[in-house]
Amino acid sequence: MSILVIAEHDKAQLRGATLNAVAAAQKIGGDVHVLVAGQGVQAIADQAAKLAGVAKVLLADGPALAEGLAENVAAQVLAVAQGYGHIVFAATAEGKNVAPRVAAKLDVAQVSDIIAVDSPDTFQRPIYAGNAIATVQSADAVKVLTVRTTAFDPVAAEGGQASVEAVDAVADSGLSSFVGREVAKSDRPELAGATVVVSGGRGMGSAENFKLLEPLADKLGAALGASRAAVDAGYAPNDWQVGQTGKIVAPQLYIAIGISGAIQHLAGMKDSKVIVAINKDAEAPIFGVADYGLVGDLFQAVPELTNSL
Amino acid sequence: MKVLVPVKRVVDYNVKVRVKSDQSGVDIANVKMSMNPFDEIAVEEATRLKEKSVATEVVAVSCGVAQSQETLRTAMAIGADRAILVQTDAELQPLAVAKLLKAVVDKEQPQLVILGKQAIDDDANQTGQMLAALLDWPQATFASKIEVSGDSATVTREIDGGLETVSLKLPAIVTTDLRLNEPRYVTLPNIMKAKKKPLDTTTPEELGVDAAPRLKTLKVSEPPARSAGVMVADVAALVDKLKNEAKVI
Repeated sequence: MSILVIAEHDKAQLRGATLNAVAAAQKIGGDVHVLVAGQGVQAIADQAAKLAGVAKVLLADGPALAEGLAENVAAQVLAVAQGYGHIVFAATAEGKNVAPRVAAKLDVAQVSDIIAVDSPDTFQRPIYAGNAIATVQSADAVKVLTVRTTAFDPVAAEGGQASVEAVDAVADSGLSSFVGREVAKSDRPELAGATVVVSGGRGMGSAENFKLLEPLADKLGAALGASRAAVDAGYAPNDWQVGQTGKIVAPQLYIAIGISGAIQHLAGMKDSKVIVAINKDAEAPIFGVADYGLVGDLFQAVPELTNSL
Repeated sequence: MKVLVPVKRVVDYNVKVRVKSDQSGVDIANVKMSMNPFDEIAVEEATRLKEKSVATEVVAVSCGVAQSQETLRTAMAIGADRAILVQTDAELQPLAVAKLLKAVVDKEQPQLVILGKQAIDDDANQTGQMLAALLDWPQATFASKIEVSGDSATVTREIDGGLETVSLKLPAIVTTDLRLNEPRYVTLPNIMKAKKKPLDTTTPEELGVDAAPRLKTLKVSEPPARSAGVMVADVAALVDKLKNEAKVI
């Protein structure tokens, strides 16, 4: 049976998460097809066709799909779902929004946030903020999955030669409408896919002090992140939150500054390759997962670190 | 307008669960249980809608064991007017919960259902979206702001990289994110009042719903442990380690 991966894009480009989702699909085994849904997205379908290991791209191009409304995108997936044994989404805000709608309509269970494929019907997924790993088996005819992107290395963006097949785009559901979107413009890499992440916590003390992390992030080419405490205190925007219910990251280098390390935060970053913690409290739980810990005043240590890079 | 708020009894967020040695699950005997934090935000939001006279009645519903009554009493102490328990000792997975909630919605006919975006035990993040699909209702997940006017709700959602606003035709489903509100502290007088509020009990059988699990948990294991690292004396030593030992900069 073939596998259908739902592509993610920002209207201009295929998002990196799609490459991770395709990688997970390849682990299942079978022809991998990719659905690109949107308006004016031929170029994105062409990008998807070049992904290594993709056999076919389905292109659904229509006005109802322009803003990625869950009701319409789910209907589009269902319209082409016939014959697929697996429907795979990235576990991003978009994927998490749409996938359960598809699963419920198919009357099948969804397996969320898979981190490993044991067999075509058996998957591993974290539960309890990653404090336990469940191995679950689905007996349903169709498996709807969301993929934790950090657990699967992305496929190559070039090298594939898939055909692009246009499919009928669904009509608008009439249930919801798009009002607007505010996306922060940034030259920094995307948090979820960055190779280096510099994160600040409550220890930063203020939104003003949080800016201290910017020169460090600039030198390292890093994305900026934050703990929930820092976001709740208004030091950093919502979408910077790293943790169980925020972004899950696994960069090569994660630098936690003024972060104590609540289990909910650790859930979002403990799979990072190298973890550095800078905190004035030697007892902070973050030191329990850090490869390198520095006990000290971050207001001295951070500028010093920035200057020595 | 009636608002329905599903709530789940989960292991308290401060508890670090332990995996059972036979790998059959996590040990939740004698651990503190609480209302799922996202559901608390949902109850708070519904209560605020009532205080603003947008909602006329707030009904809390929970699916699970008899002790979920405590969770429902907490919801009523925050501000729900009455509660419904769909009682079962069987394992409930998100699709089954969504089907049970659909049966409750069919009876209660709310205009708005506000749920937590995910439960902090199974971290599935499915039930709200599944309920929306089963009802053919619009949805706004990960809400940070809800405004209801007339027959529509305008909801600001947290998305990757920023915020998005959608308008939903009522009836609709909303799931809460952390920044939607800060739930109030429950006061003793309100806890006492909540004890007198009505709590009805039903079962999956009475609702005519097949709640059998679809996923079989083969095992639950410990995540790979991270070995503790080293403490460095100063920034110079840190830079040296990152350059020459970890080779990440």
